[in-house]
Amino acid sequence: MGSLLSACGINVKKKKVEEERHLRANDREFNLSFKYANNAIKTSKYNVFTFLPLNLFEQFQRLANAYFVFLLILQLIPQISSLSWFTTVVPLLLVLSITLAKDLSDDITRHKNDNHVNNRKVEVLIDGELKSEKWMNVQVGDIVKLENNEFVTADLLLLSSSEPLNLIYIETAELDGETNLKVKQALTITGDLGNDIQRLAAFSGEVRCEPPNNRLDKFTGTLTVGGETLSLDNDRILLRGCTLRNTEWCFGLVVFGGPDTKLMQNSGKSIFKRTSIDHLMNVLVIFIFGFLAFMCTILSIGNAIWEYQEGNSFIAFLPRADGANASLSAFLTFWSYVIILNTVVPISLYVSVEILRLGNSYFIDWDRKMYHVKSDTPAQARTTTLNEELGQIKYIFSDKTGTLTQNIMTFNRCSINGKSYGEVVDFAGQRVEVTEKTEKVDFSWNSLADPKFYFHDHKLVEAVKLGSPEVQSFFRLLALCHTVMPEEKTEGELFYQAQSPDEGALVTAARNFGFVFRSRTPETISVVEMGVPTTYKLLAVLDFNNVRKRMSVIVRNPEGKLTLYCKGADTIIFERLHPSSTKLMEVTTEHLNEYAGEGLRTLALAYKDLDEDKFEEWRERHHEASTALDDREAKLDAIYEEIEKDLLLLGASAVEDKLQDGVPQTIEQLAKADIKIWVLTGDKQETAENIGYSCNMLREEMKEIFIVAANTAEEVREELVNARKKMSPESGDEPPIQKSRLLGKKSQVLEDEKVDGEYGLVINGHSLAFALQKDMQLELLRTACMCQAVICCRVTPLQKAQVVELVKKNKKAVTLAIGDGANDVSMIKTAHIGVGISGQEGMQAVLSSDFSFAQFRYLQRLLLVHGRWSYLRMCKFLRYFFYKNFTFTFVHFWYGFFCGFSAQTVYDEWFITIYNLMYTALPVIGLSLFDQDVNDRWSFQYPQLYAPGQLNQYFSKMAFARILLHSCYSSLILFFVPWAAMCDTVRDDGKDIADYQSFALLAQTCLLIAVSVQLGLDTYYWTAVNQFFLWGSLSVYFAVTFTMYSNGMYLIFTSSFPFIGTARNSLNQPNVWLTILLTTILCSLPVVAKRFLFIQLKPTINDKVRHKVRQAKAVPLPPPRKFPRRRISTRRSGYAFSHARGYGDLVTSGRFLRIPVKTRPTLFPHSETPVADSTPQTYRTIFEEAQSP
Amino acid sequence: MASSYSAKEEDGHHSGSAGLGGAAIRTRKPDNTAFKQQRLPAWQPILTAGTVLPAFFVIGLIFIPIGIGLYVTSNNIKEIEIDYTGTDMSSPCFNCSQSFSWNSTTPCKCILSFSLDQPFESNVFMYYGLSNFYQNHRRYVKSRDDSQLNGDERSLKEPSKECEPYRVNVKPIAPCGAIANSMFNDTLDLFYLDPNGTKTQIPLIKKGIAWWTDKHVKFRNPPGSNLTAVFIDTAKPVNWHKPVYELDTDPDNNGFINEDFIVWMRTAALPTFRKLYRIIQKKNNQTPTLPRGNYTLEVTYNYPVRSFEGRKRMILSTISWMGGKNPFLGIAYITVGSICFFLGVVLLFIHHKYGNRNNSSDIPS
Repeated sequence: MGSLLSACGINVKKKKVEEERHLRANDREFNLSFKYANNAIKTSKYNVFTFLPLNLFEQFQRLANAYFVFLLILQLIPQISSLSWFTTVVPLLLVLSITLAKDLSDDITRHKNDNHVNNRKVEVLIDGELKSEKWMNVQVGDIVKLENNEFVTADLLLLSSSEPLNLIYIETAELDGETNLKVKQALTITGDLGNDIQRLAAFSGEVRCEPPNNRLDKFTGTLTVGGETLSLDNDRILLRGCTLRNTEWCFGLVVFGGPDTKLMQNSGKSIFKRTSIDHLMNVLVIFIFGFLAFMCTILSIGNAIWEYQEGNSFIAFLPRADGANASLSAFLTFWSYVIILNTVVPISLYVSVEILRLGNSYFIDWDRKMYHVKSDTPAQARTTTLNEELGQIKYIFSDKTGTLTQNIMTFNRCSINGKSYGEVVDFAGQRVEVTEKTEKVDFSWNSLADPKFYFHDHKLVEAVKLGSPEVQSFFRLLALCHTVMPEEKTEGELFYQAQSPDEGALVTAARNFGFVFRSRTPETISVVEMGVPTTYKLLAVLDFNNVRKRMSVIVRNPEGKLTLYCKGADTIIFERLHPSSTKLMEVTTEHLNEYAGEGLRTLALAYKDLDEDKFEEWRERHHEASTALDDREAKLDAIYEEIEKDLLLLGASAVEDKLQDGVPQTIEQLAKADIKIWVLTGDKQETAENIGYSCNMLREEMKEIFIVAANTAEEVREELVNARKKMSPESGDEPPIQKSRLLGKKSQVLEDEKVDGEYGLVINGHSLAFALQKDMQLELLRTACMCQAVICCRVTPLQKAQVVELVKKNKKAVTLAIGDGANDVSMIKTAHIGVGISGQEGMQAVLSSDFSFAQFRYLQRLLLVHGRWSYLRMCKFLRYFFYKNFTFTFVHFWYGFFCGFSAQTVYDEWFITIYNLMYTALPVIGLSLFDQDVNDRWSFQYPQLYAPGQLNQYFSKMAFARILLHSCYSSLILFFVPWAAMCDTVRDDGKDIADYQSFALLAQTCLLIAVSVQLGLDTYYWTAVNQFFLWGSLSVYFAVTFTMYSNGMYLIFTSSFPFIGTARNSLNQPNVWLTILLTTILCSLPVVAKRFLFIQLKPTINDKVRHKVRQAKAVPLPPPRKFPRRRISTRRSGYAFSHARGYGDLVTSGRFLRIPVKTRPTLFPHSETPVADSTPQTYRTIFEEAQSP
Repeated sequence: MASSYSAKEEDGHHSGSAGLGGAAIRTRKPDNTAFKQQRLPAWQPILTAGTVLPAFFVIGLIFIPIGIGLYVTSNNIKEIEIDYTGTDMSSPCFNCSQSFSWNSTTPCKCILSFSLDQPFESNVFMYYGLSNFYQNHRRYVKSRDDSQLNGDERSLKEPSKECEPYRVNVKPIAPCGAIANSMFNDTLDLFYLDPNGTKTQIPLIKKGIAWWTDKHVKFRNPPGSNLTAVFIDTAKPVNWHKPVYELDTDPDNNGFINEDFIVWMRTAALPTFRKLYRIIQKKNNQTPTLPRGNYTLEVTYNYPVRSFEGRKRMILSTISWMGGKNPFLGIAYITVGSICFFLGVVLLFIHHKYGNRNNSSDIPS
């Protein structure tokens, strides 16, 4: 029965909430008694039988559809029905079936995916042997065997693995977006089972654990084996969605299956974002309903008066139903008019809006100029309902690492023993700009060199080759003092897995300069020094943390000499130098300033030879401290401090954090479009500031750049207020808040304040935390919004979201967040529009984004071209759509005064039915899919064209009111001109033409031609498709009209087509055509005159650019401006060190160290793709998350 | 962190890289077509002085002559309208209008005289006009059965519900409905009073007054050679004096295809309307159709309009290529043409004075 029910797609709600999961390995009977879900997943919503009823049920929950059903019911009441039922049913059916088809295809895809996943094979231990089984048949309590690079089948308890210490490596990219490998370790008691099938089959451990939940980082439970109870934590659990890497095989016990897995528990519904135009539309629709009721009331009052004055005496010819009087008639008329005038809230509006948004999303997907060749990634509109908002962005919140920068570090400069290297100098001693063509240093003498490493200064290699001791020590330090993991697949082919990209760059530099870090064990580091293999004993790692800002290693070289190597932030190192280094320190400081001025990340390097006895004594105390139970960290820090002193300075290194291509240009363009850019980065202040300068956000021309770095709330407030007062001395203490009440919702909007000149603001993490407190939020917002550029440093993911939320809530502006990593997800989800950088590692940001592309620079195309067009098109569409429908409807209103307010229609019912569906549907869709005011190149040339979108100029309540008036005018023309022209007129053979049917035909033809001409006036960009749609629709109108009014149709469906012969009899009359011409001219002339007048007197930016385009048609566009690479003139000191703590433990504990297995085919599948080969080696940040707590 | 889950995404990008192993590397680069790259060739008109101003002048220049032509044509149409409602005490039809009952068997007659100052040269069309008669009221317009009128036998026996309350009167009513029931049934006769005193009746042609499509397609008698037999099982409309098969003696103009009936059934768009009643054919080129002189109109007064303050008129009119007399279009064309011309001048002036704002490249940056 249960299976039958679940087959029918009905979820039987569990009556009892699971409180604890209890299962026994290899005991299906026992486990089945709990009725745990098996491993089949179901993401599809319907099956064959439930599709139609469920889907229809869902659709009718939508307001628009429900409204039309309501209309349909009204139409079925004969006393009310003013229109035949088909006028509502046909559009409704069309809309329903389009949605039905879309949902069907979506669900079929989901079914296919489900089947694909459910039918994957995995080896399961059944009855003492391994059998290949489908995923969906795997039960809780089964033991499964996974092999390398396989997906984890379900949430498993790791039992044993092929690797030593029962370790396995998994990649969790699909789960949390991090691509670095993670380690899981089995319990020793289960690890001993190995791959012994007999023993595994006999294993009967019992697991008691938490019920299914969505916490990815937590697991609590116990395993009972042979009476012994062991506790289980997250380290023993493999989650579904992970991939097994670098591990030959492992065995696992299924704990949660299918829907109970943490992956599935996490797949909640994502937040449904709506655009500001959506909100406006909702308000307008409510207004329209009110307006509809208003019109109907007027008409029904009119009806009451008519019935009272005229109807009573007209009974002889038009009898009333029994008991009907004026008031009843007025009541019924109200509803009759609700039916007739329903076209003001057209059902097709919603469908058309969806269609054109989808179309514009496809244009984004198809854009070759947003396609990144290197990573083979096209841009993607993941949400298809937000495009027009791309044209209204006012604030951009950007992540730095991986978004503005490539997250590729290159070793660029260094200062060794007071001598600076890395600068290319020509013969005259002048600095030379490094370009592609600059000669590179040849590293072919070093067989282990990384071919992707470039260096341009030959002097350094010479120095190394000459055996300068300082230079050699410098690189020896770089090769020894780090926590990088080496990977040597084949002899001589080294790959480094570094905790931070900086570190990877430094170790690679050392490698190329002849100090190759080759492998490590917990106790040793093997290095090839200028071709000589050397092994150092690693005695201690004094790990990095944010307070210490340095790391050291203590090693013993083959000769037995003890040395401490230390690298770290210069200020920290300089404090701990031996007095003898003072002179060198001064020179190095000069160099460091120079490097920092170029935006490089710098580190100071120092060393110290140690005394054997002292070290032994220190080591003991270190051991003591490291095993202390309380306050261990503080104690360790103190111990470290003790030995890291009297250091001898070696020099300094400078690493370049490479910007992505085109970032400064993009930022300049966006700034011209009056978009404010806030960078929210986890980096520290100096680094962020440097990047701010190098990517053109902060500029030398800026009047002032305020730096907020205070330690108490009061100081922060003071600094913010001071900054604000400086920017705008007259700004008052009270924030300029505009309060408004709309539909019961109170909203507060902070108004923009005027500032002369450009300013920048940098705020550090500590101050930001204070500034984001409730009472200071507005102060922060006021000050920050006055600045052109804002940089927030040391921001946590949560704060990122808070900052975005702050602007979103208090400013009437559209926000966009762009980022690439898991730490940007919160902000991407919070902002109106979230953009993910794709094509790199990690999917999390992309998965939660609305748009994704590979490079930051595509943002300008997305906003300035696609966004602008989408906004323009959407607004044009709405304006035109409302115009054509209001005009259509108002004619009925005027006719009411001439037909006794009887809810008689002006047009043929068939015309009413298909006016929106056929005659006017395609032209307006054509308009809103293809229209462009100016092409993409001009859009870039004049970023100012973006401004109307930010100011909501194209569609607003004002614009709506204007449409209303315009429609009113048009409908007056469209009714009264035919009315006057047909009054007491006859055909040219004396017969009737002022009859109802001829009048209806005339009115509808006038209407259709007038709205088509209006469409033509609105179209800026006439493609062949537009022409075809417009002329096609008009021809279709005449073809359909003549067909419906033909003899044949009448004889077959006598009662449905009573307009027989009307078209033939009236459209051959010259005065009919003269009337049509007159109405058309009268409708369009004022529009043309008004627009021409505005172009002459008050041209918009748009008109000006379009005029310029027209003029420039013969002359080609000026070539795209070249952006000179900026040199930063002033020296700013910036010392950066992107590093995280916590890795040293792993190095020494050996958990990450693998014993090389010769026969292993693939260790790093990702590095074998051509993509990986063609890009410089990148270094993954292992604890990027942990860096920003 | 919750993202919408799709089973496929579990595969992630690895499924993509799996395909890269093959020889043929398929890139995901979008196609370079004009459509997909939004580079479709297009005509981009803008409103410039060079196009807008001439357009205004041209429209003005075209509209004014058309307007004048229309106005002159309309003015040349001769038309005379005689109201014979008889609400006024002095009217000859006053008595008839007062003593009205649907059931009266003796027709009330009244005679009105009028004179033509000018002869009507070409064919003259005789209309009856009604005012304040809501033929376009929704309930009225609906109240008919097109199938019945098209000769459908089933509808003849069982008329549509729309015809209520004129659907069944013991027997099913044919033709049913309020429109048919209220058919105009005054008889109008026109006499010419020769200056010598003789009174000649002017021949009125009653065929050819309905649309060809109505007469031959829309309206048909039920099958059967003898109309009386065909309609035997039906009742006449309540207000009618004779059944439908006695409307005329001519079998070609009897029953549902009686042209007076067809003309009535084509409901008017507005509460004031005129309907073609008879045609006075021009006899020969020498004499005008209706010479100057005195005429009398003899009305058999059957149709009551007094209750709802309606008016009844008899109209004699000639026609032109643009139909009957209606000066509106002519005046409207002349007005619109003049406005266009005027606007053109104003815009030209404005353009001359301010137009250079657009030309200068003062696009703020």
